[in-house]
Amino acid sequence: MNVLLILVPVSLVLASLGLLAFLWSLKHRQYEDLEGDAARILLEEDDTPRS
Amino acid sequence: MSAVSACPACTAAPLAERAASGAMIEGGTILSLPTIHCAACIGAVERALMAVPGVEGARVNLSRKRVTIAAPRVPVEDLIAAVEGAGFETTELDQTLVAASDTDEVGRAILLRLAVAGFAMMNVMLFSVAVWSGATEATRNLFHWISAGIAVPTLMFSAQIFFTSAWSAIRVWRLNMDVPISLAIILAAALSVFETAIGGHEVYFDAALSLTFFLLTGRYLDHRTRQAARSAAQELSALETPRATRILDGARESVRVQELVPGDMIALSAGMRAPVDGIVASGRSTMDRSLLTGESRAVSVVLGDVVAAGEVNLSGALTLEVTAVGEDTTLRRMAALVEAAEGARNSYTALADRAAQIYAPAVHLLALATFIGWILVGSDIAPALNIAISVLIITCPCALGLAVPAVMTAATGRLFRRGFLVKNGTALERLAEVDTVIFDKTGTLTEGHASLSVAEMTPEALSVLAALARASDHPVARMMVAALPPAIAPVDLGDVTEHPGLGVEATWRGQTVRLGRGSWVGAARSPALAIGEGPAIPLAIAETLREGAAETVRELQALRYGVRLISGDEPEAVEAVATRLGLTDWQAQARPDEKVRVIEALEEAGHRVLMVGDGLNDTAALARAYASISPASALDASRTASDIVLLSRSLSELVDAVRTAKAARRRVIENFGIAAGYNCIAIPIAVLGFASPLGAAIAMSTSSITVLLNALRVR
Repeated sequence: MNVLLILVPVSLVLASLGLLAFLWSLKHRQYEDLEGDAARILLEEDDTPRS
Repeated sequence: MSAVSACPACTAAPLAERAASGAMIEGGTILSLPTIHCAACIGAVERALMAVPGVEGARVNLSRKRVTIAAPRVPVEDLIAAVEGAGFETTELDQTLVAASDTDEVGRAILLRLAVAGFAMMNVMLFSVAVWSGATEATRNLFHWISAGIAVPTLMFSAQIFFTSAWSAIRVWRLNMDVPISLAIILAAALSVFETAIGGHEVYFDAALSLTFFLLTGRYLDHRTRQAARSAAQELSALETPRATRILDGARESVRVQELVPGDMIALSAGMRAPVDGIVASGRSTMDRSLLTGESRAVSVVLGDVVAAGEVNLSGALTLEVTAVGEDTTLRRMAALVEAAEGARNSYTALADRAAQIYAPAVHLLALATFIGWILVGSDIAPALNIAISVLIITCPCALGLAVPAVMTAATGRLFRRGFLVKNGTALERLAEVDTVIFDKTGTLTEGHASLSVAEMTPEALSVLAALARASDHPVARMMVAALPPAIAPVDLGDVTEHPGLGVEATWRGQTVRLGRGSWVGAARSPALAIGEGPAIPLAIAETLREGAAETVRELQALRYGVRLISGDEPEAVEAVATRLGLTDWQAQARPDEKVRVIEALEEAGHRVLMVGDGLNDTAALARAYASISPASALDASRTASDIVLLSRSLSELVDAVRTAKAARRRVIENFGIAAGYNCIAIPIAVLGFASPLGAAIAMSTSSITVLLNALRVR
């Protein structure tokens, strides 16, 4: 069962990475214009991500 | 950022964050873009704006249909011209009014809690799966401790929303849905921590977390739809920036309405709405009072006449001496009537709360009965308590908490796409129960301006009519000028004389031409036109019906709704419209309080009334009715008083809105049924002591997902 010593921290770290990624997206206001961002992918000139 | 500060990482450097999100433009000019709908529109608007010299940045928000522009030194007119040049309608929005809806702090706070609960749930679920599949002894205890470490802080943070709401209900001795929810979450966490500490088998951390996660999903959906409607409604108000032109020592200046004091002189040019009450000090004109009284016919005003706030100046320029401002104006005095009417409606209890009032005491009594029952059959206190708590956890209204918001989100979203802003959370529930519809006439069923049937007239007669109508100041003549096709060129008249009370007379090519009262001109009907010795031509003036009005009334009648027309206008005008719409039930010259009384009488007779109106005279009725709708063209006060604002010009969507509301109500009740069905299976198992954390997790997720899927069928 020593494998747990590796696997448990790994699972915790992976989950917190996911949470941090979400917090980052929230902080950068990526949920304010869901329709607009869905449409912007079709624009040729506007391919720079929001900040 | 205040709400996000609950997360320690985010409070660290708000300034750095603002600098980082360069695409967000703080404090820029905001333009409304009602017609944009696709990627090409976004590109066109942004390109057009960036081409204007001095524009530093422009970002379109497609969800809110507006663009924020960073251009500190460019006049707004240039920006509007650029957007209009690209082919889009646009208007400037009052920044202070829309700013609040732009930074949706509450929404972000819920989303953050939802995310934290979601990630914690996934992690704890992994450990739970390991325990369920047979981890024993030390491993199981370790997993329980890790789960506790994740779950307890997460619950304290994420479930806060439910605790606060439950506490505010308990404090005033009431029960809402959040009381059983909070109780179940707290008890599940407490029982699990206790079990973990003594090395027990059964912990409910995953159940408590998934409960929180699903319920927060419901809250977020609920918030997002209402936020969208609120922000659109705010936008409507922001369009009417209240300013007035004050005349001081011959100089004109534009001031905010709040700065006016009685005694000031203000200029009111044609087309403007009077911002305050006043007396005409110079000039003459005709006023459209339809928003205040429902009268479709314009009224002439001359020196000394009283003009009330909300009236629209139709023709000449006026100077008004201000007599009342702010709270004292006619517009505001109506507010007292509205407030009284609103009190009567606020007694409505939302479906979810009604369900909670039955459900919450029932499950608490059931848990208590389980505990006493187990003691009576000879069980020890600890296992009896354990089983009682598991009953509470199993019966926690997870699906009930989702039943209403999920359906309402789907229904409100559908209506939003069709041009309805549902401002009130329970508006759709109430709309579904309506059985009588009362329409206002002017501005609701009709467009508030007249049309003239010109088909039977020769072009020559039309040109004479145009010239005569133009020569007169009479409101009916004014109405004709507006209703005549613009292509008609008026002829040159000589010797124009106006005969007060009769009409206008002139000479044209040596003949006498007259326009006015039927008896004076020589026709059976008024008004009429006579050219020389030829037969008099009666003129048919009719109010233009709003698009879809006739179909809407017909369909409502076919669906067995009682349909009534109540107007403040003259009986002749009301009857004419009622006949064209096929309505037999109409009432004219109704004052605002009479409209309210009609609704009260109907409600006493057991009817539930939907009021559709736009004027100030409808405001109290809108607030009193069981449900209310006003068109976007209505006064701000009326829109505020009504539950739903109709953005499209056509009325025909109204029937669909009622249908959607009914469908939504059906789904909500089905959802209650599904949730109750799950409980019927789960409760006996839990009461008999066979409940397991695995069973709880399966029951909770299945019922929540079934309820969500059922809600999506409303679309």
